[in-house]
Amino acid sequence: MNDLTLPESIDQERRRFLKVSAVAGGGLLIGFHLPLANRAGAAEAAGKDFAPNAWIRIDANDTVTLRVASSEMGQGVYTAIPMLLAEELECDWARIKVEMAPADKAYTNPLIGQQLTGGSTAVRAFWTPLRQAGATGRNLLIRAAAQTWKVKEDECRAENGAVLHKPSQRKARYGELAAKAATLPVPTEVFLKEPGKFKLIGKSTPRLDTPLKVNGSAVFGMDVKLPGLLTAVVARCPVFGGKPKKFDATKAKSVPGVRQVLSIHSGIAVVADSFWAAKLGRDALVVEWDEGATAKLDSAAIRQQLEQALKKKGVNARNNGDAAKALKAATKRIEAVYEAPYLAHACMEPMNCTVVVKKDSCELWVPTQNQTGTQFVATQITGLPPEKVKVNTTFLGGGFGRRSEQDFVAEAVQLAMATGAPVKLMWTREDDMHHDYYRPATLNRLSAALDKDGMPLAWRHDIAGGSIFSRVFPASIKNGIDNTSVEGAANLPYAIPNLQVTWVMENGVVPLGFWRSVGSSQNAYITECFLDEVAAAAGKDPYEYRRALLAKHPRHLGVLELAAQKAGWGTPLPAGRTRGIAVAEAFGSYCAQVAEVSVERGQVRVLRVVCAIDCGMVVNPDTVVAQMESGIVYGLTAALKGEITIKNGRVEQGNFNDYPLLRLDEMPDIEVHIVKSSEHPGGVGEPGTPPIAPAVANAVFAATGKPVRKLPIRV
Amino acid sequence: MISLSVNGEARDLEVDPATPLLWVLRDTLGLTGTKFSCGIAVCGACTVHVDGAPVRACVTPLSAVAGKSITTIEGLSKDSSHPVQRAWMALDVPQCGYCQSGQIMTAVALLAKNPKPTDADIDQAMSGVLCRCGTYSRIRRAIKQAVELQAKGGVA
Repeated sequence: MNDLTLPESIDQERRRFLKVSAVAGGGLLIGFHLPLANRAGAAEAAGKDFAPNAWIRIDANDTVTLRVASSEMGQGVYTAIPMLLAEELECDWARIKVEMAPADKAYTNPLIGQQLTGGSTAVRAFWTPLRQAGATGRNLLIRAAAQTWKVKEDECRAENGAVLHKPSQRKARYGELAAKAATLPVPTEVFLKEPGKFKLIGKSTPRLDTPLKVNGSAVFGMDVKLPGLLTAVVARCPVFGGKPKKFDATKAKSVPGVRQVLSIHSGIAVVADSFWAAKLGRDALVVEWDEGATAKLDSAAIRQQLEQALKKKGVNARNNGDAAKALKAATKRIEAVYEAPYLAHACMEPMNCTVVVKKDSCELWVPTQNQTGTQFVATQITGLPPEKVKVNTTFLGGGFGRRSEQDFVAEAVQLAMATGAPVKLMWTREDDMHHDYYRPATLNRLSAALDKDGMPLAWRHDIAGGSIFSRVFPASIKNGIDNTSVEGAANLPYAIPNLQVTWVMENGVVPLGFWRSVGSSQNAYITECFLDEVAAAAGKDPYEYRRALLAKHPRHLGVLELAAQKAGWGTPLPAGRTRGIAVAEAFGSYCAQVAEVSVERGQVRVLRVVCAIDCGMVVNPDTVVAQMESGIVYGLTAALKGEITIKNGRVEQGNFNDYPLLRLDEMPDIEVHIVKSSEHPGGVGEPGTPPIAPAVANAVFAATGKPVRKLPIRV
Repeated sequence: MISLSVNGEARDLEVDPATPLLWVLRDTLGLTGTKFSCGIAVCGACTVHVDGAPVRACVTPLSAVAGKSITTIEGLSKDSSHPVQRAWMALDVPQCGYCQSGQIMTAVALLAKNPKPTDADIDQAMSGVLCRCGTYSRIRRAIKQAVELQAKGGVA
């Protein structure tokens, strides 16, 4: 996702839409409508549907149930979102229950305009409305107690799931007050706590999903059980754009347990009683593919295509001053070409989806980041209206952007319709790696000019690469720019008077998608490494060089200085070790990292990473630490190992043996330092990723004297 | 028919003996805590214990475990009280959680054999179990914490 910011007026707007209604069983139900942000992404959904979009239920037994409308894929929303609610509700944290929300327009993420978990937006989007919902609940429960006791409201206070009236020493539990509270009119105004009074927000709080994830009871998509459930696997053409010419299912059907062999839009499906039978059936299937026009495509041809594209005049993503003129006039010029490869997401849980389609209903159990998309695809295939399509979101065994796609959902819905039975569609690891939506490969030409003091006078960055939004959201491309392609490059923070960033859209046949931190995942690498080249040409220390250029960007500067200080930048290191530094702003947060590496016998080993993060106000500090560790490991795998290559029109890598991940024995010591801040929360799931590749590559540059202009790092 | 013990319970299974243990556990016995990820024994998500030793269930045919005793994550303890589970909870190790059954089963097998592992022992035992979320630092720390819990007599 491109960077998203919170519209200023949203708090006032939301307050107006708070409403309360009674539910059966004497509970208190608080629904609130989130008006859609006035962003391009919100246009389709329109802001006129006033259905509630999130729910608190307080039962007579004092259980507080919150529906979380964001998918839990490891980033901790299953805990952080309830913390927002509980903070203002003053409920008993130990009695909170969490439910995943169904797919419904009412649960739209106001920063995205869909019910979608992405762009590191969950806390940013729900920061205000969930606290308002909690405050509304507290307000009504206090009023219910005051009316019952015939005392003044301001003599009562709420604490730990009960309302207390100190003068008369009375106390009533929320469960006792819920029925009465549900009959009261909604307050016209609720007051939110001053951050200084937070009891829960800002304190490291154990994750609510951890107990489920240490004993095998957490239900991921793969784990869904239904009576009569069949399992399907699909044989897909390994060549992008290829199709089955003909197939012979005789042998496949003779495998015990195989029920049906069906042709669907994406290939030939084998449906069986179990995964193993389906897999053996697929192995026995004979398919002749029409590989189409792409059958000879390889990575070298794609690179040539990008080289040609880079010769074209790109669209300006940023243009300050006159970079061309300044470069031409300069006496000292630095030039380089940088490239980044395609990458697979490689979620540990391969793609899957379970569906039951009946005459007038469709129900899905799916590890998805995008409930709106899942529901939409199911309505398109079944012809059912959205209210007849129920989406159950399971835990996600990794998401990283891959699970915002609907390819696996479409397959599963078709198969459930065709068989009339409950079907679990499963992908194998190889399916997952061969048919991903890959992080775009890009080719980048950079040039910079130095003034007499060695400071940059001009910076030009020309990018050629594919566009994600041209596939998933073409309307968002404004003035020819896909923001996801230029984020991390066009927002270069350094004080350079002549600064131009251009982009040439060059889409090929390789499907492209959102990959943790999206454009910033590679643009931070390219810009931060080139900046080190520029600093080296000027004979300056890369940290001091950045400091000098960031005087007007206090949050960048803050994390840069903190990371450098904690890492001991400039202090001696053991022999054979070097440091590299990088800073990046992404998803409303600022992150700097210092990597310590050793380069021996052609092997880069990352020994230590010091990370400073400014993500505004923090909800769950331990989760922020975990997400920095996570983002760093995800980016480090890419920096050291990640590369998807194409040969004969297909992806060459298929499993973790040829697309390796970072292993425990390669794990650096990671220290995370969180900047204390009163700014609005920024994202946390992705901002840890962009700085790691350049921090490591810059450390390698310091060790070898050779800039790292291509990923993965090879020395 | 193949007989074996799963989490202390005797099972007689009418399943093709060539079927990988992983799918017998998941599809036949409904024990879905053991995960499928790579299918070729390179990621460790499917790790279970066969007579106490860590084994990759995705490439272990049922015939190879006839008469043996299998422990899965569900059978590690009744109430998540195993010291490794407790340490995992104390440090909030899991993120997405998908690989964690394999991580925990591998760590339990390590500590059963080597109650005081060195850092190098931990690296060697655990480096074959992949985690895409990057929980490795916490896994290391949790194993050390489990060592302490175990030393205090923490086995349930």
